[in-house]
Amino acid sequence: MPPLNRCLPALRRIRLANATFERSIARQTPRLPALPAYALLPQRRWQHAATASASQETSNEDEAGQPTPSKQIKYTSDSYPDLKRDSRFKQLDEADVKHFKEILGSSGSLIDGVTQDAQDDLEGYNADWMRKYRGQARLVLKPTTKEQVSGIMKYCNEKMIAVNPQGGNTGLVGGSVPVFDEVVINLGKMNKIRSFDEVSGVLVADAGVILEEADSYLAERGYIFPLDLGAKGTCQLGGNVATNAGGLRFLRYGSLHGNVLGVEAVLPDGRIFNDLFTLPKNNTGFDLKQLFIGAEGTIGIITGISVHCPQRSPAVNVAYFGLDSYEKTQQAFREAKKKLGEILSAFEMMDGAAQKLYAKANGAKLPLEGEYPFYCLVETSGSNGEHDEAKLNDFLEHVMGEEIVADGVVAQDETQVQSLWACREGISESSQHFGGVYKYDLSIPLPELYDLVPATRQRMEDEGLLDAEDDAKPVMDVVGYGHMGDQNLHLNVVMRRYDKKVEAALEPWVYEWVRERQGSISAEHGLGLAKRNYVGYSRDEEMIKLMRQIKQLYDPNGIMNPYKYVSGG
Amino acid sequence: MSKLRILVPVKRVIDYAVKPRVNKAQTAVEKNNVKHSMNPFDELSIEEAVRLREAKKPVEDILAFSAGPAKCQDTLRTAMAMGCDRALHVVEEKQELEPLGVAKLLQKVVEDEKRNLVILGKQSIDDDANQTGQMLAGLLNWPQATQASKVEIDESDNVTVTREVDGGVETLRAKLPMIITTDLRLNEPRYASLPNIMKAKKKPLEKKSLKDYGLDVENRLKTVKVQEPPPRQGGGKVEDVDGMIAKLKELGAL
Ligand SMILES: Cc1cc2nc3c(=O)[nH]c(=O)nc-3n(C[C@H](O)[C@H](O)[C@H](O)COP(=O)(O)OP(=O)(O)OC[C@H]3O[C@@H](n4cnc5c(N)ncnc54)[C@H](O)[C@@H]3O)c2cc1C
Repeated sequence: MPPLNRCLPALRRIRLANATFERSIARQTPRLPALPAYALLPQRRWQHAATASASQETSNEDEAGQPTPSKQIKYTSDSYPDLKRDSRFKQLDEADVKHFKEILGSSGSLIDGVTQDAQDDLEGYNADWMRKYRGQARLVLKPTTKEQVSGIMKYCNEKMIAVNPQGGNTGLVGGSVPVFDEVVINLGKMNKIRSFDEVSGVLVADAGVILEEADSYLAERGYIFPLDLGAKGTCQLGGNVATNAGGLRFLRYGSLHGNVLGVEAVLPDGRIFNDLFTLPKNNTGFDLKQLFIGAEGTIGIITGISVHCPQRSPAVNVAYFGLDSYEKTQQAFREAKKKLGEILSAFEMMDGAAQKLYAKANGAKLPLEGEYPFYCLVETSGSNGEHDEAKLNDFLEHVMGEEIVADGVVAQDETQVQSLWACREGISESSQHFGGVYKYDLSIPLPELYDLVPATRQRMEDEGLLDAEDDAKPVMDVVGYGHMGDQNLHLNVVMRRYDKKVEAALEPWVYEWVRERQGSISAEHGLGLAKRNYVGYSRDEEMIKLMRQIKQLYDPNGIMNPYKYVSGG
Repeated sequence: MSKLRILVPVKRVIDYAVKPRVNKAQTAVEKNNVKHSMNPFDELSIEEAVRLREAKKPVEDILAFSAGPAKCQDTLRTAMAMGCDRALHVVEEKQELEPLGVAKLLQKVVEDEKRNLVILGKQSIDDDANQTGQMLAGLLNWPQATQASKVEIDESDNVTVTREVDGGVETLRAKLPMIITTDLRLNEPRYASLPNIMKAKKKPLEKKSLKDYGLDVENRLKTVKVQEPPPRQGGGKVEDVDGMIAKLKELGAL
């Protein structure tokens, strides 16, 4: 028993945590450590996202995305029969394994499924987080130094052995696991923090350091990692940089393209790309490191990074509003920027349907008494609680006085901060609670951002696929929410069961809709295998050609993460 | 039925979600630059008082009370945003009052303000004393029902309080005036809504000092030493499955 005095909030928490935990358990892969237990407690706001985004993208191209934990995941090659193994790539033999063992010596390690049976041990490296993709790698290498990585790559390049760089394996687009028998190069053993400068806030670390460990290390020193996301307990800095992850702090601290000051990587032929710069400014020619940020492991293996980390904010406030229209939501965002300025750290939007869905799936009570078509969550973080509160009050009085928001609440303590965040972060999870979900993670200009949601609902109705009550229809609801501050919409089509007709009605219709508005069909999660065929909806031919030329330049043999990224049709 | 004139004392404490740290001198818990909020049990008291009004009981007014530094006014504003009608702040910057001191103050307030129902948290999560309500009942010589999980008041001023005890529930009944202390399952406190936060700014908040009450609230307890509990033994890390099996064997678990 915890001391009685802490029971009240603890009780609420345990209830939440149990629900979260049970739900997440159902979807863990057999071996993947998934998230550490503490990441599942609603103690911090991200842990909801942790389970929430679990099924992100469990969508589009096949029914195999259905969360059926007991069932074996289909091999990717079976789900996508169009994909053919590139016959130029060498099949591994005993001599290769022997050579890799020599490179790794006693410090590194490997899982050898070539000369022996290691099926069980390999499973966690072959299956992805969503249990949607499954490769057939027979060898996993875990180097401990960049020299080892270099030796591995040099050999692979000479022998035409295809490889798959892997971090925490939490990617959501099938990029982190092999498609066929590519060798997995897992960075998990390169996990040292190399240095931290307490004056400049620059952190230099191995690529395999886990995001949460980096953040805790920084927290002890009064700093914060400029990126935060649901998978923080498992994903690695190298993987974050390789996917140019966005996450919850994007509005405040911006993209990794700005925060990452240096990259150290091993190129496909074994050469070392050494640009581990630690100063903010460096205008000496092309900024080549930028190519590695978001390259998803297609042009080199990141082995180290340097990042500029901001000061951690001691004062955090959260407010939650009900609004009468999307127009008002935009106004509230404008006012938040005006009145809250530099302390605004998140502005999230949820539609009424998304909040009802959250309440229904979790048996939760929503914070406001009345019902509204739109809700938003505003977070401030600053250095001085009193100053922040004064600003926040000014903002609140203004938006209430001008009737921009219809109603709202402000968290009075930490429990309330967490419960309010749960209303936002629990949606993704809830959206697949009733059988399944088709998910889209899109960038759309703010004025039109929400239009896609009613348009999608209309389309589902017109096709006779949607009904809120009638179980005969596959679609239960269409909900919209997202990082409004980043013009990033999450469109979720809530399913009673997966249905190819729905998929056919959605794709490529959604992508066309986004293209017409000059948006992006993948705002945060990247391309991987899932979106490789749709790049053309967000980039023109010339751009794609240039991207392929870069790929060709860095990786002429095409051994790095083949079949993915910009390789599609 | 008599008009209900309710008093709800609230205390500003370190937010329950914050891990308290002992100061260097080991004399107290570090309070500077630490997030403070209303004692969670006091939120239950306010909620219960407000629900009595919403249940159309004849509530004349709900007075929130707090003794302590100027910052307590934030807590009182929150109390008013949750539904209290007005607030009384006894400003005391230095001395940290003990339960008996607070009970004596409350006795005066009850008398001055002609209260007939006091709803307190059963304890505050900083000192865990669980004494103030009981002492106040003793000083006033009123009936008390502690750790309430349900409160009902009928037409003839009978207050029926259900409390959870080991192995079941106990039901107490007494006539007003009365002292009630709240327990976890009594209710679920509401959020302070924006319009109510705005309204709360205009509700009356009266300030007084200990001198105004002419009371002896001298502390009687001396804190000898404050210590953190022994740190949890950290777990070990194993490299791989073989390492884990070896470790389990070593520990005799396999
Ligand atoms: C619960 C959850 C929440 C998430 N929330 C967000 C979110 O809010 N915002 C967001 O943007 N994303 C989010 N994601 C997806 C995000 O892309 C990943 O979680 C993370 O950034 C990937 O890190 P990782 O170490 O797991 O990489 P992996 O999944 O292992 O790999 C991802 C890709 O990067 C490549 N890669 C990995 N390491 C390296 C390296 N060292 N060098 C070169 N290439 C490498 C892989 O080949 C692969 O293509 C979420 C995922 C989950 C599971």
